[in-house]
Amino acid sequence: MNAEPAHSAAPSHGFLRRRVFTTEHRALAVLYLLIGLAAVIVGTLLSLVIRIHRVWPTVPFPLYGILRPEDYLAVVTMHGTLMVFFVLTVVPQSAFPNLVLAEQIGTRRMAFPRLNATAFWITLASFLALLAAFFVPQGAPISGWTSYPPFSAIAATGPGQGAGMDCWLASIALFCIAAVASSANFLATIVARRGPGMTFGRLPLTVWSWLTSSALTVIAFSALFGAALMLFADRHFGTSFFIPAGEVINGIARSGGASGSPMLWLHLFWFFGHPEVYISILPGMGLASALLANFTRRPVLGYRFMVIATLMIGFLGLGVWGHHMFVSGMNPYAGTAFGLTTIAIAVPSSAEVLTWLAMLFRGRLRLSTPMLFTLGFISFFISGGLTGPILAQPALDAYLHNTFFVVAHFHLVMAMAGVFSLFAGIYYWYPLLTGRLMNEMLGKAHFWISLIGAYGTFFPMHLAGLAGEPRHYAQLAGPVESFPSLIPVERGITFAALTLAAAQLIFLFNVFRSARHGDRAGENPWRATTHEWSPDLHPITRGEPYVYGPYPGGTKDFLPQWELAAPATSAQPYPSGAKPE
Amino acid sequence: MPATFTRHQVETEKRDTGYGGKPPVDRRPTGGGGGDDNWDSRSSRHGGPRELLIRYRLAVLSGLAGDFVFFAVLVSAFFVRPTAGHIDAGANFVSDWHPIAIPPILWINTAILLLSSLTIEVARRQLFHEIDVMEEWLGLGRPAVKRAAPWLLATILLGGLFLAGQWIAWQQLSAQGLYFATNPNSHFFYLVTGAHAFHLLLGLLALVFAMAAIFRLKKVEMRQIALDCTAWFWHAMTLFWIFLFILLVCYQ
Ligand code: HEM
Ligand SMILES: [Cu+2]
Repeated sequence: MNAEPAHSAAPSHGFLRRRVFTTEHRALAVLYLLIGLAAVIVGTLLSLVIRIHRVWPTVPFPLYGILRPEDYLAVVTMHGTLMVFFVLTVVPQSAFPNLVLAEQIGTRRMAFPRLNATAFWITLASFLALLAAFFVPQGAPISGWTSYPPFSAIAATGPGQGAGMDCWLASIALFCIAAVASSANFLATIVARRGPGMTFGRLPLTVWSWLTSSALTVIAFSALFGAALMLFADRHFGTSFFIPAGEVINGIARSGGASGSPMLWLHLFWFFGHPEVYISILPGMGLASALLANFTRRPVLGYRFMVIATLMIGFLGLGVWGHHMFVSGMNPYAGTAFGLTTIAIAVPSSAEVLTWLAMLFRGRLRLSTPMLFTLGFISFFISGGLTGPILAQPALDAYLHNTFFVVAHFHLVMAMAGVFSLFAGIYYWYPLLTGRLMNEMLGKAHFWISLIGAYGTFFPMHLAGLAGEPRHYAQLAGPVESFPSLIPVERGITFAALTLAAAQLIFLFNVFRSARHGDRAGENPWRATTHEWSPDLHPITRGEPYVYGPYPGGTKDFLPQWELAAPATSAQPYPSGAKPE
Repeated sequence: MPATFTRHQVETEKRDTGYGGKPPVDRRPTGGGGGDDNWDSRSSRHGGPRELLIRYRLAVLSGLAGDFVFFAVLVSAFFVRPTAGHIDAGANFVSDWHPIAIPPILWINTAILLLSSLTIEVARRQLFHEIDVMEEWLGLGRPAVKRAAPWLLATILLGGLFLAGQWIAWQQLSAQGLYFATNPNSHFFYLVTGAHAFHLLLGLLALVFAMAAIFRLKKVEMRQIALDCTAWFWHAMTLFWIFLFILLVCYQ
């Protein structure tokens, strides 16, 4: 650590000043990553509690004892909320853009560094508010990450629905504010802080993804904020936006209150919820394109097409929320309409997948760890994505809704694909933070064990779901005959999940060890073309983002954006490619 | 975390607050920062005051887009709620949507708010008059600020008046026994007017801040930005109010 005395002539750069109370985006990225790490550790431990409880419901947990059904629900709720908001949103949509967005567009500062830093502190407050739910009287909320009313609107409905639910709401409201603030900064940065020569047509695909996901964030999280406000009013100011009339709780009819509509919450929540899943996966999709180009040493196929597909996904993603509500009592015609829009959004998504596959078969694949994780991402995106159109049929969903089939769908397509792309990004960008590479052998072990563990965990859930096993149930018991036969499947899932979690210890070890003992990375270890690897502080953009493989006048197999194509033209003060036509 | 380092010295100097460039002025009726910028060839002017203004406007615009969705969400309750009712013991559908008679003072408030949007627009444009701005930029005095200040003050007063008017409207309603929790329509009424009033309160703070800013900030373009962004926020709130008002008056 830099042990510079505080009284030296240079402006004081204490550790706290440089790394914590700073507006420097890369330091903020590290802080966001630390939140993500804390959240993923807690979230994973909770998921192991879920898995263990499902197969050994009577075994007491150390320090806690036997899990009651309401505890199980609290664990599920906190697991979902932590993972969706503080891992799969914070890391791809806050940490990664802070890490490389500004550099990738050829600048070194965000448009609004202080706004950006403020967003981080609000996110931290939101994280702490959520964790506080564990410690308030009666513990964490039990209404799931979707918090459907009237369960979530009335404190008397169960333990955790009082103070715990208030913590949840406070956390979500803060998170919304932070997300919108940081996205406003990203949008302004992308549109109005691009470096010289960085036209829209030369933006890396990751930046296009962040442009789209930031726009989605502004829209979706503002909607969630409004909904959370109304829920809060229902809980504390005696309104009934979401509470139906004549609600009976524990045998006691709720006095007063007008007839509100729980459906309204479903609409509002999923109007946020579906864009949210794309917010968390779009950065991974952009990263996949970039890494495929790099590790196959071939340009991205159809750059323009990929940009359009990304924007289309963002736009169409705003109009499909009803596919989460087919069996909620919504008008069946509306269900059909939402089924159709959902199939429509599968088109640009599949187009991107097919492009990736085509890129794979064209190039010479180099299987470094970031590439392996990208392949894992694509694999999960396909295997999880294929069940999407099945669930999007209202008739099929009538059976599959709220079963483990849905759990399998979104854990493959969102959780595993999302997390694998996070790993790809971390292995790939690690040298930016430490100057060193992560250990390849450990990385590969991490990848293969995780891959097998992840499929072993989530694939069998399709079978459980098809057999009718419902989600959010603490225990399989009762007269239903098919459930006991699922116990072996459940047990297999739990062992796979334990393996998956154990594999992450390899990753943690690798992250901390390589920071000191990893191989030195040098200037541009992946021989990449985008500006985060540029040796120049203020690079001028001279060409397209992904020029790999042979190119006219080239001597290497890649042409970074900061270099000129042909030596002959370098005499010109201003590169011809950088000028508008 | 072990010590991390960046390969490059972190850039601390602020190169981009635009001492070199002239502040944007009003050549077109839109007010500074219109759309003639060619993003491709910006290298020389990158980081100029005009870019700074555009950047701030973009951020405000993003925030307002979110705000628009926020109000749209609240309004969605208005459209869903009237159809929600319940089936009573006799299998009759009972709707509990009771229209509220809008307190007449809201008409006056609306007029006041419209007027305040007008005054802040006048104030905003003062800061983009080319001759005055040039004079300020050359350090020959502050004619633009001096002319904008009274209009800004008027806006603050009108904004305060609007909020007071809203307060009176709430008082009148609660005198009739209509509180936030009384019935679905009153939920809605208090919710949207309350959320809007809260935004205006923030707007008033911003106005006061802008007033201080145009006198205290040294750089012409920062003075312009402070007032300009506040003005757009204020206009948006006026626009939202008009929508909400039409809803409250016509669609009960
Ligand atoms: C081909 C594209 C896709 C289609 C057609 C699709 C369709 C669906 C449908 C119909 C459901 C509702 C199932 C139910 O609750 O009964 C669902 C749930 C879900 N999907 Fe997808 N999906 C697609 C892609 C994705 C992607 C890319 C993600 C995330 C990155 C995702 C994340 C989720 C999540 C998180 C849920 C469950 C939310 C919950 O109930 O807790 N889906 N999907
Ligand atoms: Cu969805």
